[in-house]
Amino acid sequence: MIRIDSVTKRYPDGTVAVDRLSLEIPDRSITVLVGPSGCGKTTTLRMINRMVEPTEGTILLDGEDIQRQPVTTLRRSMGYVIQNAGLFQHRTIVDNIATVPRMLGWGKQRARERAAELMERVGLDTSLAKRYPYQLSGGQQQRVGVARALAADPPVLLMDEPFSAVDPVVRKGLQDELLRIQDELGKTIVFVTHDIDEAITLGTMVAVLREGGRLAQYAPPAELLSTPADGFVEDFLGADRGIRRLSFFPSAPLELTTDAVVPADAPAERIAAVRSPYLLVTDPDGRPLGWAERDRPTAGTIGTIEAIGTGRLLPYGRPFVPGADSLRVALDCAVLSPTGWAVAVDDEGRVTGVVSQQTIGEAIRAAHSAGRAEDEKAAG
Amino acid sequence: MNVLNFVNAFFSDSAHWQGYDGIPQRFWEHVQYSVLALAVASAIGLPVGLLTGHTGRGGNALAFIANAARALPSFGLLVLAVLLIGFGLLPVMIPLVVLAIPPVLVTTYEAVRSVDPAPVDAARGMGMHESRILFQVELPVALPLVLSGLRSAAIQIVSTATIAAYVSLGGLGRYIIDGLYQRDYEKVVGGATLVAVLALATLALFWAAGRLAVSPGVRRR
Repeated sequence: MIRIDSVTKRYPDGTVAVDRLSLEIPDRSITVLVGPSGCGKTTTLRMINRMVEPTEGTILLDGEDIQRQPVTTLRRSMGYVIQNAGLFQHRTIVDNIATVPRMLGWGKQRARERAAELMERVGLDTSLAKRYPYQLSGGQQQRVGVARALAADPPVLLMDEPFSAVDPVVRKGLQDELLRIQDELGKTIVFVTHDIDEAITLGTMVAVLREGGRLAQYAPPAELLSTPADGFVEDFLGADRGIRRLSFFPSAPLELTTDAVVPADAPAERIAAVRSPYLLVTDPDGRPLGWAERDRPTAGTIGTIEAIGTGRLLPYGRPFVPGADSLRVALDCAVLSPTGWAVAVDDEGRVTGVVSQQTIGEAIRAAHSAGRAEDEKAAG
Repeated sequence: MNVLNFVNAFFSDSAHWQGYDGIPQRFWEHVQYSVLALAVASAIGLPVGLLTGHTGRGGNALAFIANAARALPSFGLLVLAVLLIGFGLLPVMIPLVVLAIPPVLVTTYEAVRSVDPAPVDAARGMGMHESRILFQVELPVALPLVLSGLRSAAIQIVSTATIAAYVSLGGLGRYIIDGLYQRDYEKVVGGATLVAVLALATLALFWAAGRLAVSPGVRRR
């Protein structure tokens, strides 16, 4: 565990970058430091590997003051990833990744084998091994940066805005990759970003810092969204924190209606039995085709939906997978659906039921009150 | 009077290719003076340039000294050195070294300064020692510029080393100075041509060194 104990960084000109900051960073999880520019998040990160020395206070790594060991030993036990990757342009990709193992005295062959292994782990094709950094895209370079930091298998990983210089699509891919790697390796990661969405996506714990380097709130992301400590945190989270909080509630408890789901070759009586105003038409395998309106004369009177022609069905939009997707995804599906009903499918894409916005709304209220009860239990 | 005729006459005279005043001997002397001057200038300019470039301190003082050194006339310095020290190799080396230090020093400083700070930060953050950062992270990237500084120093030395002949040393300057005294323009043009050839050879040498020593990742080819 990394313990930051009442640490202050004051520069000779009097500027205070970090002001009496105390944080306990749990092992094997991602702790995100987030805040506007000038909030001291990068300074805090850089004090952990002593790239910046604190003016006051101590930082403990597994109970021992980090000042006690030689600075290079400390840094070699922590992976360090920075914005724009900071690769060595005169070295090939494989040699970039092998840097720390080589510094630690590994043989060339062993270090290169380890580097190749890491390229696979971060999702880089090993055919890129002999390339130079300028031949790679920004996203690929950043993956190399992560691989290089992981090369000597350090227990701690420090990441300073590693994904802010790549475009949103690539960033999403890198975030997913980081979460996957973290599932496999279980490092203690300290991650700095100015992007609150990134903080909420990645963080097990999120520390929100405010200008002047003071801690505004330190909490798991769901708690941050449900109970921001003050107006600053609330503003920083943005207007739609209620919607975003739904990402932390599972969609599994939603009560699905199967009554309105009918196969395309269903007889007229089956259609007549549907009570809801819309019915979801499926193909023989149970995959969704589109929505039909029950009361449109065509559907009821002609008998089977096949006779109407499936081309005239309303689009069913994007379905969600109960269990895998969150309430936020389910709500999004319902909002985007032309009928206001969301379509639930299983892993194979077969319809398991439909659910109305109203039902989702009830589930949200239930989840909120359960969340509140839990908060109270934790507080009391 | 055709310059090409002079050149032709000078190089086709077999007497010019033999003995202590023969072309091979004078060429070799010139190369020796030049290499020695460049070695001394590098021994001073490179370490100071690398160190100031790495730390970022002393840049202004450096620029001042370099500019002052550039303002010194080589010939005047030679005469002064001879008056103070007497004849020999040393008074010749002084103006040549003074001439070569500014381009080596200033270019090396600028080259290291202009290295992207991100890889340096990454290297420091992964626990690399400062000397290793300088030689394994900064220098490989700065190398093309450092070499260009050395190259312009070398070219200037080669063309200026002719002044060695003024103080009764050898080198290709002998042909030019003796030729002027003897009104033997064939000799003057021949000597000047040889200096030009040596300068071009120096260029070629540095080009080859760049191809060999600079990483393809830095050359981007």
